[in-house]
Amino acid sequence: MNELRVLIIGATSAIAQACARIWAARGAQLLLAARDAPRGEAIAADLRLRGAAAVHCLRYDAGLPPQSLLDALSGIGMPDIVLIAHGSLPDQARCEHALEALHEAYRINALSVLELATLLGEALRAQGHGTLAVIGSVAGDRGRASNYVYGSAKAAVAAFLSGLRQRLHGSGVNVLTIKPGFVDTPMTRDFAKNALWAQPETIAAGIVRAIEQGRAVVYLPGWWRWLMLLIRLIPEPLFRRLRL
Amino acid sequence: MSAAAQGWGRLLHPREAVQTLRDRFEQPRFAPGEHYLARGQSRSYGDVAVNDGGHILDTRRLDRFIAFDAQQGLLECEAGLTLGEIIALCLPQGWFPAVTPGTQQVSVGGAIACDVHGKNHHRAGSFGCHVQSLKLLRSDGRVRHCSAQENPALFAATIGGLGLTGLILSACIRLQRVAGAAMQGDSLRFANLAEYFALEAESAPHWPYTVAWVDCSARGAALGRGVFERARHAAGAAPAPPRALRLFFTPPLSPLNALSLRAFNTLYYHRPGAQRSAQRWHWQSFFYPLDRIAHWNRLYGPRGFYQFQCLVPPAQARAAIAQMLELIAASGQGSFLAVLKTFGGLRSPGLLSFPAPGTTLALDFANRGARTTALLAQLEAIALAAGGRLYAAKDACMSAESFRRGYPALGDFTQHIDPAFSSSFWRRLEHS
Repeated sequence: MNELRVLIIGATSAIAQACARIWAARGAQLLLAARDAPRGEAIAADLRLRGAAAVHCLRYDAGLPPQSLLDALSGIGMPDIVLIAHGSLPDQARCEHALEALHEAYRINALSVLELATLLGEALRAQGHGTLAVIGSVAGDRGRASNYVYGSAKAAVAAFLSGLRQRLHGSGVNVLTIKPGFVDTPMTRDFAKNALWAQPETIAAGIVRAIEQGRAVVYLPGWWRWLMLLIRLIPEPLFRRLRL
Repeated sequence: MSAAAQGWGRLLHPREAVQTLRDRFEQPRFAPGEHYLARGQSRSYGDVAVNDGGHILDTRRLDRFIAFDAQQGLLECEAGLTLGEIIALCLPQGWFPAVTPGTQQVSVGGAIACDVHGKNHHRAGSFGCHVQSLKLLRSDGRVRHCSAQENPALFAATIGGLGLTGLILSACIRLQRVAGAAMQGDSLRFANLAEYFALEAESAPHWPYTVAWVDCSARGAALGRGVFERARHAAGAAPAPPRALRLFFTPPLSPLNALSLRAFNTLYYHRPGAQRSAQRWHWQSFFYPLDRIAHWNRLYGPRGFYQFQCLVPPAQARAAIAQMLELIAASGQGSFLAVLKTFGGLRSPGLLSFPAPGTTLALDFANRGARTTALLAQLEAIALAAGGRLYAAKDACMSAESFRRGYPALGDFTQHIDPAFSSSFWRRLEHS
């Protein structure tokens, strides 16, 4: 029973699946929490064949109380790594006038993530070791007209994790904030792709490595760190005129 | 436009709308009046996986294993998985694809749609002979389960059906039990075409894999000289796999010309390794020598290249192949990788399946415009006059007449085409 144990929330997301394949090939035990049960089961079957020591599926929906996930986990045991990967790209234009769309975007991309991070962070602290890794976004680094609802939800997650990381420092638990740039996934299928876009496999390799290295924040691919630094440095009087 | 859209020969510049499917559960959106085509790894050379003016259903993310019975060697998987990924999973457990083409970067769906073949055709038939069943999504939104027992006519139309019968979602294929990751066998030089046929006749009953490289620049008494390889899977240590290389850019002028080809072919024929008994290969070097160089198709320069592959029935094979090789050598065109293979009698269920008893010749031609297409037309005429046919997966310019004459089951096949599916290949041959 020395296998690495990993809980993935939002296990049907493209980046999560690519991470799971890396861990499966290393013989890890995987716990997959997903909203879409048939998709989750299909992914589980694939991961078992790819070498996972065991794969369990848990039903999870960002609309359910997060405690239900903890309860499901209690029968199986705490993992060494928790990867929170669920999210959805809201319709920015709709969020600009429909408050229920704004609420929904925040519930999925911010509130449910903060709730899970609170409960799972605490459970990891009690266990005395582990990594809580959360997929944020470069969009959280500065609000832009084209997607500031999504971006600000991700910014909330980043600020929250920064605090949680400080609080858990010394407890044996690391908190990793993952900031992918543009990734070619079903979530972004309607975007025209160019050289800035990365494949989920590239991002996944970076996530697994960052977890092993105990990093605090990782931009993926790494050059986004410098691009986002530049974007953050643009003075507000100029930034407000830009169309990004 | 992505490189995938051009076909492996890089001859085409189509406009396509691409939908990337995330898994076998996703329903593509079929708009009325539009035409669709599934595409995996874009390893067919010409336009069978191209749909100019239409939609592409990109299947590369249909890459999940579904079930593997390691006792029986039965693998069920989504159609976008490549043979390479299958080998990575199954070879350590003693299983290998029953049939593989010259690249491991083909998807299962593509291998079925082109009913691909390999160096063991005389023993194992084509890929379609090892498809137990498949699931096909038609544009009416319904999934058809197809096998020899269930929807057998649609099954036969889909194997080798060039993607025109609908979207292959998943398939269950039979693998072969192998002794290990090594290959063992002989490399034998042959001085002319007659010697090739003698070697082939002598080797085929005893060796599961036989293939010959032929020097397409040699003429006269040396016409059809080359190097014959025969091999089988073997246990024990395999030599190290070849180091991966990559062509990062397309050279503005192709380094392949009449002079360099002649020099290469002569050197390749005379190299010491060409005559060596009891050789051992790593499975990658034996099956997939070109996979070692990522994007090797860029070597032909910005104008791309044609591939020609024909089949000639046994009675006409010697005369027709000799005639073609003479024509190619005289033209100074041709390539460093010309391949001869004699097929066996195992029949695939596929209606439009390419392999049949006879000998197949395959080689590349750098695109030099009219000079190249004229030579291709002459070769096509020889194959056709000998009662042969061309391989759709390699083709970019065959005539509608030779397609009709080469594939007598075309009429039956047409009835199984999904009304919303089409391809550039199909429209080229249907309307020309």
